[in-house]
Amino acid sequence: MPGRSRRLTTLAAALAAISALATGCTGQSGAAASDDPGKEVTLNFWHGWNEPREVKAIQDNIARFEKAHPNIKVKVTGNMTDEKINQALRAGGAKAPDVVSSFSTDSVGKFCASGAFADLNPFLAKSGIDKTKVIPKTLLEYTQFNGNQCTLPLLNDAYGLVYNKTAFAAAGITTPPVTWSEFVADAQTLTKQSGDTYQQLGVMPTFHGYETTPMRLAAQWSPAYFGADGKSNLAKDPAFTKMLTAQQDLVGKLGGYDKLEKFRSTFGDEWSPEHPFHKGLVAMQIDGEWRAAMAKAAGATFEIGTAPMPVPDDQRGDYGKGYLSGTIMGIASGSAKQNAAWELVKYMTTDTDAVVAFANDIHNVPSTLAALDSPKLQVTPEFKTFLDIARHPKSNTTPAQPDGGTYQLTFADFAYGVEKGAVPDLQAGLAKTDQQIDTDIAKAK
Amino acid sequence: MTSPSSPLRAKRRRSALRTAAFMSPWLIGFAVFFAYPLMSTVYFSFTKYDGFRPPVLNGLDNWSYVFTDSPMFWPAMRNTLWLVVVMVSCRVVFGLGIGLLITKIKTGAGIFRTLFYLPYLAPPVAATLGFVFLLNPGTGPVNTGLEALGLPAPGWFTDPDWSKPALTALALWGVGDLMVIFMAALLDVPKEQYEAAELDGAGSWARFRHITLPNISPIILFAVVTGVIQAMQYYTQPLVAGKVAAGQIGGSGQQVEPGYPDKSTLTLPQLVYNLGFQRGDYGTACVLALVLFALSMAFTALLLRRRGGLIGTGD
Repeated sequence: MPGRSRRLTTLAAALAAISALATGCTGQSGAAASDDPGKEVTLNFWHGWNEPREVKAIQDNIARFEKAHPNIKVKVTGNMTDEKINQALRAGGAKAPDVVSSFSTDSVGKFCASGAFADLNPFLAKSGIDKTKVIPKTLLEYTQFNGNQCTLPLLNDAYGLVYNKTAFAAAGITTPPVTWSEFVADAQTLTKQSGDTYQQLGVMPTFHGYETTPMRLAAQWSPAYFGADGKSNLAKDPAFTKMLTAQQDLVGKLGGYDKLEKFRSTFGDEWSPEHPFHKGLVAMQIDGEWRAAMAKAAGATFEIGTAPMPVPDDQRGDYGKGYLSGTIMGIASGSAKQNAAWELVKYMTTDTDAVVAFANDIHNVPSTLAALDSPKLQVTPEFKTFLDIARHPKSNTTPAQPDGGTYQLTFADFAYGVEKGAVPDLQAGLAKTDQQIDTDIAKAK
Repeated sequence: MTSPSSPLRAKRRRSALRTAAFMSPWLIGFAVFFAYPLMSTVYFSFTKYDGFRPPVLNGLDNWSYVFTDSPMFWPAMRNTLWLVVVMVSCRVVFGLGIGLLITKIKTGAGIFRTLFYLPYLAPPVAATLGFVFLLNPGTGPVNTGLEALGLPAPGWFTDPDWSKPALTALALWGVGDLMVIFMAALLDVPKEQYEAAELDGAGSWARFRHITLPNISPIILFAVVTGVIQAMQYYTQPLVAGKVAAGQIGGSGQQVEPGYPDKSTLTLPQLVYNLGFQRGDYGTACVLALVLFALSMAFTALLLRRRGGLIGTGD
């Protein structure tokens, strides 16, 4: 027994040592920010942009900030994914980022719940900023979790419909579709077969069709992903059944899953000039506010129109709404320069001129109420559609959860099965998906 | 008072210390790069750990999640086992076949050796992108050729039934490493044995079966064991192929999960990365890492125990 006891003690000590070591490597700070933002300081700022025009836009924005804050230098690192950001924040150290921006609003719940990013509420209060008067409500929703405003929006993405006006005119269609029925009819009219493939497709409806994700589409049915009890609500909210049924029907009417996926495999990269919309292969594209400008830059030879996404036939009055998400910005909780970092975040996310200038350069929707109404905002007719979607009171987003966007991926995975006809019982399938989502969220809490 | 055996004990102690000193580089490496990470992985597999908050012991929760609640574990396991069995077998047989063929060629062997070895030098991402282009169901030259011949044109990387065969084809294209090893082994088989067999009237199959195979069987064992370990760590090619075929190689912020189409290219190493670095669930990722470790050990042990059958020495 004494021998066994000694071995157990040794094992427990070893485990405790490992635990302590592991805990010590987490980069947690927990301390309140006490650095002097007026002192000479260099901030590490990581972002995800990598396209030269966008990189220049963010550098210009940083240059404006540095001019306004001569004591703060910003070292910028681009092309960062959420995985790299997570690893760097976890590792901490002098080279870890102090300020981070991410394209994925899906990660916000995880960033906030895990404490990777500092809560910005105290900083907002210290600066006398009433966030509800500065930032639109939906954007505040997707940048916080359970009251922890661990990020702020840095430009907004609104999703709508970009369409080929020339192809519409050739098909005798004079206005973009308002209801789902009109959308389906237009998609069919605009589709031109060519043997067992297409010369032109009305719209690519499959959920791997770039921005045509289940979440973007579901937004038109104004869904509630979670009930009042916090449980997954896919089976209970008819919005999901209606959206999936409508999409499956559209897939069938445009030629079926296999034929569409084969055609999709001929498409170029979403972010290159080879995008099928640029080349006239699809007449309508569910996309963000950037697409019209990208198509023009890629040399599209047709006239481009933009419109909100169609709404279900019984929600005609809500036409104009859409899905919103965007780039977010936060301060690493392990940063020792949080007050200086806040100066950068405050400038980039709440300074009207900075937000407008950056929005003009990137062709994204501004993320503050003042910037949306700024006369300095360059508004083309195509862009105005997305500004209106961003302002629409029924535009919605996907809620933050502690498992990040895992629940969305689980829903998307189910939707892939539905669109190809592999789900015989939609309701039972949604109920099972609810179970999986609840399990994953409970595990992440 | 010193006992007569003291000098002997001291000598032994010095000898032991000297041995330990000589072994210390290995011991330190073993402790730092194997024992500690393994112990940590075991410990974290019983914790809820997101990399930011301190780990909290949660018993068997992660283990139970992996085996009963994860919708991705069993597809990843099935795919990995498929690749271990089919891809490794095909690579060994194909590598041996090419090696045999090239050793028989009288002229231009050097050119063929170079031609078959060159693809192995291609970086995995570039090779995979090339294969996705070649096998594109809509525009790829392979399907264009098959259709011209009136043959069915598979969906390759877009069809769950064809995605793993397509990955196997990619692995066969890069079989140059095995070809070189087999060639060296084949050229090392004593020629007298073939001459004696020929005098005894043995045909080419009999010579291969009774002379070539027993002589190169240790190399076959090596190829199988290393192939199994490689297949258990298969990550880059299925990930790149799945993402490119799905049209998801970067984006506006939407998250994507590996395995397109229908989780058919999802492997266990991808799932470890997905759970650990994408979902930030390090505890569950550690469970997967341990499963992978146990499977690799089991396969290797099984192959080494059965080496008698494989290398034909009867031991």
